[in-house]
Amino acid sequence: MGKLGEAGLAATAGPARTLGMEGECRASQARSWGLPAGGAGGDSPGGDAPLPGSISSSSLLQAEVLDLDEDEDDLEVFSKDASLMDMNSFSPLMPTSPLSMINQVKFEDEPDLKDLFITVDEPESHVTTIETFITYRIITKTSRGEFDSSEFEVRRRYQDFLWLKEKLEEAHPTLIIPPLPEKFIVKGMVERFNDDFIETRRKALHKFLNRIADHPTLTFNEDFKIFLTAQASEFSSHKKQGPGLLSRMGQSVRAVALSMRGVKSRPEEFMEMNNFIEIFSQKINLIDKISQRIYKEEREYLDEMKEYGPIHILWSASEEDLADTLKSVASCIDKCCKATEKRMSGFSEALLPVVHEYALYSEMLMAVMKRRDQIQAELDSKVEALTSKKADTDLLTEEIGKLEDKVECANNALKADWERWKQNMQNDIKSAFTNMAEENILYYEQCLATWESFLTSQTDLHLEEASEDKL
Amino acid sequence: MEQAAPDPERLWQPAPLEPLSHPDAGLESMVGEETKGARDEGPGDGTMTENNFSLKKIEISVSEAEKRTGRNAMNMQETYTAYLIETRSVEHNDGQSVLTDSLWRRYSEFELLRNYLLVYYPHIVVPPLPEKRAEFVWHKLSADNMDPDFVERRRIGLENFLLRVASHPILCRDKIFYLFLTQEGNWKETVNETGFQLKADSRLKALNATFRVKNPDKRFIELKHYSDELQSVISHLLRVRARVADRLYGVYKVHGNYGRVFSEWSAIEKEMGDGLQSAGHHMDVYASSIDDILEDEEHYADQLKEYLFYAEALRAVCRKHELMQYDLEMAAQDLASKKQQCEELATGTVRTFSLKGMTTKLFGQETPEQREARIKMLEEQIKEGEQQLKSKNLEGREFVRNAWADIERFKEQKNHDLKEALISYAVMQISMCKKVGFGFSEGTSIFRSAGKFL
Repeated sequence: MGKLGEAGLAATAGPARTLGMEGECRASQARSWGLPAGGAGGDSPGGDAPLPGSISSSSLLQAEVLDLDEDEDDLEVFSKDASLMDMNSFSPLMPTSPLSMINQVKFEDEPDLKDLFITVDEPESHVTTIETFITYRIITKTSRGEFDSSEFEVRRRYQDFLWLKEKLEEAHPTLIIPPLPEKFIVKGMVERFNDDFIETRRKALHKFLNRIADHPTLTFNEDFKIFLTAQASEFSSHKKQGPGLLSRMGQSVRAVALSMRGVKSRPEEFMEMNNFIEIFSQKINLIDKISQRIYKEEREYLDEMKEYGPIHILWSASEEDLADTLKSVASCIDKCCKATEKRMSGFSEALLPVVHEYALYSEMLMAVMKRRDQIQAELDSKVEALTSKKADTDLLTEEIGKLEDKVECANNALKADWERWKQNMQNDIKSAFTNMAEENILYYEQCLATWESFLTSQTDLHLEEASEDKL
Repeated sequence: MEQAAPDPERLWQPAPLEPLSHPDAGLESMVGEETKGARDEGPGDGTMTENNFSLKKIEISVSEAEKRTGRNAMNMQETYTAYLIETRSVEHNDGQSVLTDSLWRRYSEFELLRNYLLVYYPHIVVPPLPEKRAEFVWHKLSADNMDPDFVERRRIGLENFLLRVASHPILCRDKIFYLFLTQEGNWKETVNETGFQLKADSRLKALNATFRVKNPDKRFIELKHYSDELQSVISHLLRVRARVADRLYGVYKVHGNYGRVFSEWSAIEKEMGDGLQSAGHHMDVYASSIDDILEDEEHYADQLKEYLFYAEALRAVCRKHELMQYDLEMAAQDLASKKQQCEELATGTVRTFSLKGMTTKLFGQETPEQREARIKMLEEQIKEGEQQLKSKNLEGREFVRNAWADIERFKEQKNHDLKEALISYAVMQISMCKKVGFGFSEGTSIFRSAGKFL
């Protein structure tokens, strides 16, 4: 999802992008609707605005891309693309190697140009004297210049994901960071590492990393890159850097104290946002619970149904005339069971994880709101200090100036990300429930067909018998 | 299909139970007197010509149920349900029906009627009554006998019972049955006056016979086996069906919770709001549709239950056969032993150990006169015994023939009815699939078309 690739998007209501790290952002450089007119990389703010590895179909940008001061390797990559770009992208002759797929040209109306592909798989159990834990294999394939290679394979455990999330929250306090799956499932978990739990978690972790990869800002985060690429020892030494536990604790204490102030002077649009978040949070959590409950009830229904068909077979053993009819009924019931299983698996793949993720997201949203309020509160307290002339006014004014920038950055970042998040949420929810409805419709169609063919077979038999009787 | 004509006497007033006989049997019969009034089979439609009571052209319905309170035998207040039985005769020409009789009966009177029929027609598979107490209940259904749904289903079951009796070629002619439909007051006394309770075989006697009978007809053994299997498999099926119904109910009802939540959520959404509303409404409709679906299934379950109870009726016929057969075997055994005694006395050889033999040894021989007297007595007993054996034999064979005829009739009926029931189950499933599937399609169509988004 390159920031500069979508010339066409300025016209459409595209998702908002921000550049750089909010903490260092200076108002003049904040580009919320992020598409610099001309230069591809001419003006990159800070040292941290990576150039896009994505290519748009705009020939102007193509030229700019080739002007980049990049490594030989990357140039080669790009020149490969250049040759590819001459081809009609509908051509069936497009090579299908993974790397070239990454570099595939896409059309303007497909804003998502993926140049970072991440998979999470192969959970493995590790036993040490102190503990047992699971690691997951993470494979990253990318064409981006700033990555040293195009493929990476690392192993990470849940703790590492937690670390990444915290770093992202630190770096981007008012961006909506994707949620992680829960640390523990409290209810009824005897064996911490049962297969279902691990699989559910793996899928959620996969989603987590992909959400970050798809996020216009977070995808370029340095810690994210290290998470994806660093080998074990390099990674653990990197983790040890950064503010220590005590300072982090100190920060959060201050934060709590300040957050209340932030609430009072919250601008209107953020009041609305907060209102939405509160109600959404309530509703989505309910929906999450209801959905889990439905799955459980369906499971129990299926278990009983599985017993129902075979009884008819048992019965047919003591009957003569009725035997065939009974066997047919048994077979219909079994077919309906299979259809139920299919529907249930669709439900658990398409609906449950989505709804659950958004239930977890609601916590993220509340946290983001809080952090925004904190930043605001910091400003407000300094302003208050100024008015009461408690300290050096010049110093204060300078600080206030900085803080005002900080607040504006934070607010803009949140606003933009909020719109993006909401769009995604609506899409995802619509998809999920549409899928559920479609699974149900399919299920009922299948059952209908099964019973109708049973009926036809019975009436055919009946007609046969009737004509025999007449003889 | 041969049918034994019922005792003509019994049709007009209560009469003691007599063994059935067939006028064309061509066999000597101890109770030949019975044949004197042998009725003709009557016209095939089962009309009782004596009083123009054309049963096939009668419509019987149990049309209402009413709660009543009264005092029972112990003079205590009780609440019970009374059922209105209406009998209509259909005019030959224009097919119009005229109400001829209408009276109220309670469940215990139905039971009385059935018990009477069981005693007087042991060779008939007597139709069963609907269950006394609700069984195979899943959680939403009440097990309370006063529950209106239960009462309604019982009303249908009772009507079904009467129709089964009325369409049975033999049972339909019974006078007590006729009076049940027509004579409200005093009917109970009339039934009791038949003394049928005294005639009933004791359960203990029947159990004894079941264990000790040596040579029952093989077909009855198979039938008993079949009826056990039928009972077991239908019970199992009903139990599982009840559990499935319970679970299905849970699934539907939990979906209902979505309704309110979607509705509340739609209030904060702009583009998605309509879709959510529509989906929410659909969830409510979906959740409430299960009540009708399961209601229909209860009727299916009732059809199966009838045959569950029929299994018991089959077993009753088997038991009667075993009893008669055992009786026969005992009589034959008794006769054989008397014959042997007689022979021994006559020839003077004592081959078997007997008390008489012992006492003779101890106390001396008896006089020739005494011996003669004893031989004479035995000879008379033997003669009687032979006659009895003959008649029991006849009875037994009659019974087997008549019973088997009714069993064949029953088998046809059962195969037909159960097949219909299974087909009706399929029809129910089809209609449910159509209704619910359509609902999902409708309910989420807005959702799917609202704001296509890339």
